[in-house]
Amino acid sequence: MKRLLTALITAALVLSAASAAAQLTIEISQGADNPTAIAVVPFAWQGVGAAPEEIASIVDRDLARSGQFAPIALADMLGNPTTESEVFYRDWRSLSTEYLLIGQVSAETGLLRVDYELFDVVRQTKVLASSESGPVRDARMLAHRVADAVYEKLTGVPGAFATKLLYISVDRVPGANDHSRLTMSDSDGARPAVLLDTHEPLLTPTWSPDGKNIAYVSFETGRPAIYRQEIATGRRQQLTNFPGLNSSPAWSPDGKTMAMVLSKDGNADIYLMDLATKKLTQLTRHYAIDTEPAWMPDGQSLLFTSDRGGKPQIYRYDLSSGNTNRVTYEGTYNARARVSQDGRSVVMVHQTAGRFHIAVLDLVTNRMQILTSTELDESPSIAPNGSMVLYATKDKSRSILAAVAVDGEAKFMLPASKGDVREPAWSPYLSR
Amino acid sequence: MKHLTIASKAIALLFSAALLVACSGSDTKEQDEAAAAAAAAAAASASAAQAAQAAQGAAVSAEMAAIEEAAASAGTVFYFEYDSANLTPEALDALNANIALLQRNNTNIRLEGHTDERGTREYNLALGEGRANSVRDYMVASGISGSRIETISFGEERPIAYGTGEANWSENRRVELKSQ
Repeated sequence: MKRLLTALITAALVLSAASAAAQLTIEISQGADNPTAIAVVPFAWQGVGAAPEEIASIVDRDLARSGQFAPIALADMLGNPTTESEVFYRDWRSLSTEYLLIGQVSAETGLLRVDYELFDVVRQTKVLASSESGPVRDARMLAHRVADAVYEKLTGVPGAFATKLLYISVDRVPGANDHSRLTMSDSDGARPAVLLDTHEPLLTPTWSPDGKNIAYVSFETGRPAIYRQEIATGRRQQLTNFPGLNSSPAWSPDGKTMAMVLSKDGNADIYLMDLATKKLTQLTRHYAIDTEPAWMPDGQSLLFTSDRGGKPQIYRYDLSSGNTNRVTYEGTYNARARVSQDGRSVVMVHQTAGRFHIAVLDLVTNRMQILTSTELDESPSIAPNGSMVLYATKDKSRSILAAVAVDGEAKFMLPASKGDVREPAWSPYLSR
Repeated sequence: MKHLTIASKAIALLFSAALLVACSGSDTKEQDEAAAAAAAAAAASASAAQAAQAAQGAAVSAEMAAIEEAAASAGTVFYFEYDSANLTPEALDALNANIALLQRNNTNIRLEGHTDERGTREYNLALGEGRANSVRDYMVASGISGSRIETISFGEERPIAYGTGEANWSENRRVELKSQ
């Protein structure tokens, strides 16, 4: 009886946490030039009762959000084919549709199965036929995987829809500390779940490379400390408790080491912690601020922010030689670098003419491009396929999340249903 | 140069405070003079000696009251320029008034560093720590024991003013002194 009661209380707590999560909403503000016209026809539901999710509509919105696709409106479709034999190319050509996606959804013993086919309307050929299956509770994830496959087939780049976001949602409490919730959602903002709830400052949520663990800085003991948390179990471990700063956790690409910022030896410097032994290695020793370490994907060097030249700029520390080189010269303030998986693009907070924007530096051409036109932009996080950058910005006096394509074309905003949201962290690709 | 002037004023103030503390002891010239004056007064009148002692006590507590009043009017929040951990002349004035008080009590204090919302959050955590450290270092150089001082940075996470613009930002770039 007591166990049942405990289970009920736990369930109630989980439910209340879920209802308290601020849901992100999506407002597309700008698409790419010449997006591909695609018709995503509602998939046939072959199970009993109501379909668990509108799979096709999730795929449709994923593709639209990328900015690279212009889905055909449902109302304009001349037919709703769900099998190849029902496809009449002339109907779709008349709508200037370039591609057509159809499918069927079935359910058996708790497993959901999505079969889908993609047609090239211009060439009148089938270009992709595949299926996805998984537990009914993962229906949305199955839809995102279909979108990933379609996106990859048509752009040549793997999709990043079947991924997760971490962000911090904040409610202001008059006369008291802000109420912060570390939240994880699907890449489209759906299914928000609260992972940590606190009235003390909470910052820098970050993913382990396998997407199974997260780390963050929490002031819950009254002082900053770095914590690691396993997503599946919620199990937490406090990794640091040093005097002064304990901040900016960043997992190495092999998952074995965590870069971090400590000031126990004087002021903010970069350290590495071996996660198995907890042994620390100090990388930088400078009286200036050294912070915000970010690993290069090969794990051989780290980028970090330092004001050793007078103003914050990005530097690179090479692990084998111990040498430090300055990376950014353009702009009065460059900070918080994040590197694309191919190691070529570095996104960062960049100040020019007094305004803070998100900019991307191409390490090959050394060209810096400003991606955003909003102000007070911060916390850029790059999608695992390198296509989009998620960041935090201000809309009037509210903090919201926003996304911009790495080429600067497509843009969308993700305000929360309530309160402020900030510090987005896009997950790596997730294993099934 | 202005910093120097203020610092030397502070040192003068501290010196006179130290002198007052010393007066309540028994081995200084001033104390001897006061004792001699009291003895001379006693020779004339016992009640006059009591009056002299009362006057001395009143002078000490008046001085303390003045220090307390100066500290109270200076406040316990020290403000900074954008992206800087250097103490401004105004911050030094307020700081000196507080140091004069700290010289006369044994209070342990906590220095909380804060920044405005501009720039990145992690950089601001480090900047807030730099500000708290600037205040601590100046206090230690002024003779306050480092063991009485704890520092912490909240970066931009605990603003006083939530809006944007310099009027709000300048309120948030601060170190708050809190008694433990």
